[in-house]
Amino acid sequence: MALDLNHIRNQFPILSTKVGKYPLVYFDNGATSQKPRVVIDAINRYYEQENANIHRGVHHLSQVSTDNYEKARRTIQEHLNAPHEHEIIFTKGTTDGINLIAESFGKLLTDGDEILITEMEHHSNIVPWQMLVERKGLTLRYIPMTNLGELDFSQLETLINEKTRLIAITHISNALGTINPIEDIIKKGHAVGAKVLIDAAQSLQHMRVDVQQLDCDFLVFSGHKVFGPTGVGILYGKEKLLNEMPPYQGGGDMIKTVSMSGTTYNELPHKFEAGTPNIIGGIGLGVAIEWLSGFNFEDIQQHETDLLEYATDALSKIDGIKIYGEAENKSSVISFLIEGTHPYDIGTLLNQQGIAVRTGHHCTQPIMEFFDIPGTIRASFSFYNTKEEIDQFIKALEKAIQMLR
Amino acid sequence: MMNIAEKEEALIDSFSIYDDWMDKYEYIIELGKDLPLISPDHKKDDNIIKGCQSTVWLHAEMKDGKVSFTADADAIIAKGIIAILIDVLSDEEPDTIVNAKLEFIKEIGLQQHLSPTRSNGLVAMVKQMKRYALALKMTA
Ligand SMILES: Cc1ncc(COP(=O)(O)O)c(C=O)c1O
Repeated sequence: MALDLNHIRNQFPILSTKVGKYPLVYFDNGATSQKPRVVIDAINRYYEQENANIHRGVHHLSQVSTDNYEKARRTIQEHLNAPHEHEIIFTKGTTDGINLIAESFGKLLTDGDEILITEMEHHSNIVPWQMLVERKGLTLRYIPMTNLGELDFSQLETLINEKTRLIAITHISNALGTINPIEDIIKKGHAVGAKVLIDAAQSLQHMRVDVQQLDCDFLVFSGHKVFGPTGVGILYGKEKLLNEMPPYQGGGDMIKTVSMSGTTYNELPHKFEAGTPNIIGGIGLGVAIEWLSGFNFEDIQQHETDLLEYATDALSKIDGIKIYGEAENKSSVISFLIEGTHPYDIGTLLNQQGIAVRTGHHCTQPIMEFFDIPGTIRASFSFYNTKEEIDQFIKALEKAIQMLR
Repeated sequence: MMNIAEKEEALIDSFSIYDDWMDKYEYIIELGKDLPLISPDHKKDDNIIKGCQSTVWLHAEMKDGKVSFTADADAIIAKGIIAILIDVLSDEEPDTIVNAKLEFIKEIGLQQHLSPTRSNGLVAMVKQMKRYALALKMTA
């Protein structure tokens, strides 16, 4: 069944915004998604009727609040098909989740151990590893990339070896849209005893991800990219692994007992959730995931594939265009440059016509280095976008090019 | 010769002809074409203005007690903007440049209409021009 786009769009108040005299065309979903009414309402309701700290008080509001927060954890557990709810750790976002793993799992690594990432990672899945490697004398390796923006597996046999302790890889590239064959990588990693971390920041808004089927050891994502609030995210980790790992931050909630002579740590998930968390963020994320899981993901994927093909066809007709990221298996992201123009000029003139795209390196400077370009213009679609919006975008782009050439 | 206030007034007048911001941009792009281009030997990394997302090169030198600016940029709109600033500030005495309020930027609406990163670029351009003026005054 096709998606009822009118009905979906009506749930997003911001989509009827105007930019000057132009209707907003929001094609910056890779950076953050817009929020449906149910999420906005949940946030308002929480502050108006339910606000209290969680896990602490016996009073009514504290219990309501705790119940809602823990319900969100279960919603997310179900959505990811995680075996246990205590394997769902609330974080500040993808970046925070990766840093938690680098810090805590990193303590279990020793001299000579290797970490493997790829050339197409977001900076937040590069820098924490570079910092760890420097601290502990480890080796960081990169899976290279081809001109199409796909991972090059020709060296994989040597890159994944018995020294490899962790493979950290993005499910979908935010700059190129490439969908990586993570099932394969996970199997190959496990074959040498390595753990595998999936950066799902760009995938959960487009597809269903089942952590048991994938058998990944860690998976991280951000709430704000999956229709939820900012400042909250999720780290899923296998129970056994999380239990072996030392706590990340110290503080309230993560302890069992504290005395002058020492502290015993709380159990999962609280061990990794020090301090008062982003309560409304967690509750809002639960609402967003519940809302999202109400859709048929085959419909979502069909519509997004249509948008990608429609936009790619239209863009390909533009004189002097070069699209970066031509993987066979690709999500609804198009990065491109127009010969003889600067991406910032195009971005500025698109913005003047109501079109929101991102320009720059998209926090993936190694990709830009690979293609030897300063940055790209990136249009990234969500399932609330339409072909009419793509028409508007193309018209605006043609106008911009005509002004700049 | 116009003084700074007159040059600013002339720019405000020119921009006020256009209602639509797309037309104003068209005009900015047009002004970029009249930019007094920096000579190749000054187009080096030392002369890149930090804080712009596009690359902007700026050079300044003294001519008969007045500062003369030349520049270039890899993006056309940035080129137009530095051209506007040079139009106003070039061929003025260092003190005049350092003390210039440049109210016209707000008046035209340039600041609001440039994306935050680019309007940071605008701020960076103005700062750099004033810094050059100050430095030239010291060595004069
Ligand atoms: C693939 C990928 N990883 C990580 C991140 C970082 O996410 P956040 O900034 O929400 O922590 C992003 C966000 O742009 C991303 O696209």
